[in-house]
Amino acid sequence: MTSNIVEIDNLSFGYKGRLLHKGINMVFPRGKVVAIMGGSGSGKTTLLRLIGGQIKPSHGEVRVDGDVVHKQDREGIYTLRRKMGMLFQHGALFTDLSVFDNVAFPMRELTDLPEAMIRDLVLMKLNAVGLRGAHQFMPTELSGGMARRVALARAIALDPAIIMYDEPFAGLDPISMGVICALIRSLNDALGATSIIVSHDVKETFLIADYVYFVANGEVAAEGTPEDLMQSKLPFVHQFVHGDKDGPVPFHYPAGDYRSELLQASSGQKG
Amino acid sequence: MMKSKLMLSMLHHLRGMGHRMIERTWRLGAGARLFFLAIVYSGESFKRFHLTLREIYFTGVMSLLIIIVSAFFVGMVLALQGYNTLQKYGSSEAIGVLVALALVRELGPVVTALLFAGRAGTAITAEIGLMKTTEQLSAMEMMAVNPIARVVAPRFWAGVISMPILASIFSMVGILGGYLVAVPLIGVDDGAFWSQMQANVDFSADIVNGVIKSLVFGVVCTMIALFEGFDAPPTAEGVSRATTRTVVISSLTVLGLDFILTSFMLVV
Ligand SMILES: Nc1ncnc2c1ncn2[C@@H]1O[C@H](COP(=O)(O)OP(=O)(O)OP(=O)(O)O)[C@@H](O)[C@H]1O
Ligand SMILES: [Mg+2]
Repeated sequence: MTSNIVEIDNLSFGYKGRLLHKGINMVFPRGKVVAIMGGSGSGKTTLLRLIGGQIKPSHGEVRVDGDVVHKQDREGIYTLRRKMGMLFQHGALFTDLSVFDNVAFPMRELTDLPEAMIRDLVLMKLNAVGLRGAHQFMPTELSGGMARRVALARAIALDPAIIMYDEPFAGLDPISMGVICALIRSLNDALGATSIIVSHDVKETFLIADYVYFVANGEVAAEGTPEDLMQSKLPFVHQFVHGDKDGPVPFHYPAGDYRSELLQASSGQKG
Repeated sequence: MMKSKLMLSMLHHLRGMGHRMIERTWRLGAGARLFFLAIVYSGESFKRFHLTLREIYFTGVMSLLIIIVSAFFVGMVLALQGYNTLQKYGSSEAIGVLVALALVRELGPVVTALLFAGRAGTAITAEIGLMKTTEQLSAMEMMAVNPIARVVAPRFWAGVISMPILASIFSMVGILGGYLVAVPLIGVDDGAFWSQMQANVDFSADIVNGVIKSLVFGVVCTMIALFEGFDAPPTAEGVSRATTRTVVISSLTVLGLDFILTSFMLVV
């Protein structure tokens, strides 16, 4: 049993030739809350997909519990995924099932628990995210923030060893935000789980994370505990933590020269 | 100069054609693969039959109304047209046979399949396409639940089970429609209508062959709808195109297969 439940080793991945990750190394120790931060489009969601084995790296590897993810067959990957829970960025609730049935789904599919126990467990999970009263709603009847909380309850339905949260704080009001923050931390500590949080909310993430990785330009640009990073003099970290517009992180997706593109467009219209 | 331009445009067309051919072959292969996997992962659909039952409700039961109404009109029109021709040869009592054979052998399975593609097939494609677009299938995958076992297989079996039943209902209602036009309206003899039908409709040659056809159409239509949904690009436009393709491809395949099946059944 290694002390790191997830290890990312020299990982490279790209869509359509554009390399998104260029040799990323990360470790996620058991029982810790580790955050991955980075700008929009820096490949954070993709990184979670790589951990879950939904896509294969072009170089390097991801190991979960010592097993190389992309070398598993279908059974092997399902065995690994039973250890994981994932909160999708957009919730991904099953729209044909009620809130209750959504949370019950993994229990019904993957366990032989009796229905009475499933009922209790579902209500407990929903209570944890403050939505026990909404259990008979359909996903379309929920607000965006409520849907994400239901998705969170579903992700933790089977008390997984690894919980991946893709933007858990997006679209939450300050009160729910505080509750979810506390919930992530307490779930982690109570279950002895390892949490991977993808986020760009610096304040909340720094509050609960034990360790933080910053990704930029396909590489780990900085890493450390939140305290270290707050003190960091690295221009990149400073820019991100303080939200400066100018700095090493470009706001723009790589593109040609703005001025010449505009000129080209207007001359193209004339001609 | 002109010549090279022509060459270029021809080359362009050729390349496009080749590309489309490869694309179609690829899709055929991918469809066959999905079909194969759906069969392999069918265990769940029967062990937990309520999953399949629910889909039978959505595909089969929800298609009943359109099937019944269409069958009624088709039967009535068949009787009208049939009588018009048959009476010229003084054999208007054969109207019952004509209506029954046309329905059981051809119109029942074929029209049911066409209506099924439009009613249930599109619904399946749109539903699965949307599940893909909203990452529901990804979420299922991440929970270690196989979407083929949980989503594709129950819908597949629901379609395969529903289609012959719908086709039989179509034929029965169609015969009733034909009866209502032929006997009370036109005045063909009641007894002759039924007895001729009983004497001339053969169980294995007509009814069984009709059921075989509708089973084949059930497999094909459901599989096309499932594949198009599964294969749809995860966008609103992608899903809408996939839905259109379901109807077009299902209809053409059903009509083409019907010809092939009929020629085999008549020869053998
Ligand atoms: N299926 C795909 N095909 C091609 N390119 C993709 C695909 N999914 C994502 N990308 C590209 O990969 C890059 C990273 O996407 P990803 O979703 O991982 O970003 P992210 O860091 O999660 O961003 P955000 O914070 O906005 O969620 C983006 O530039 C995107 O254009
Ligand atoms: Mg993302």
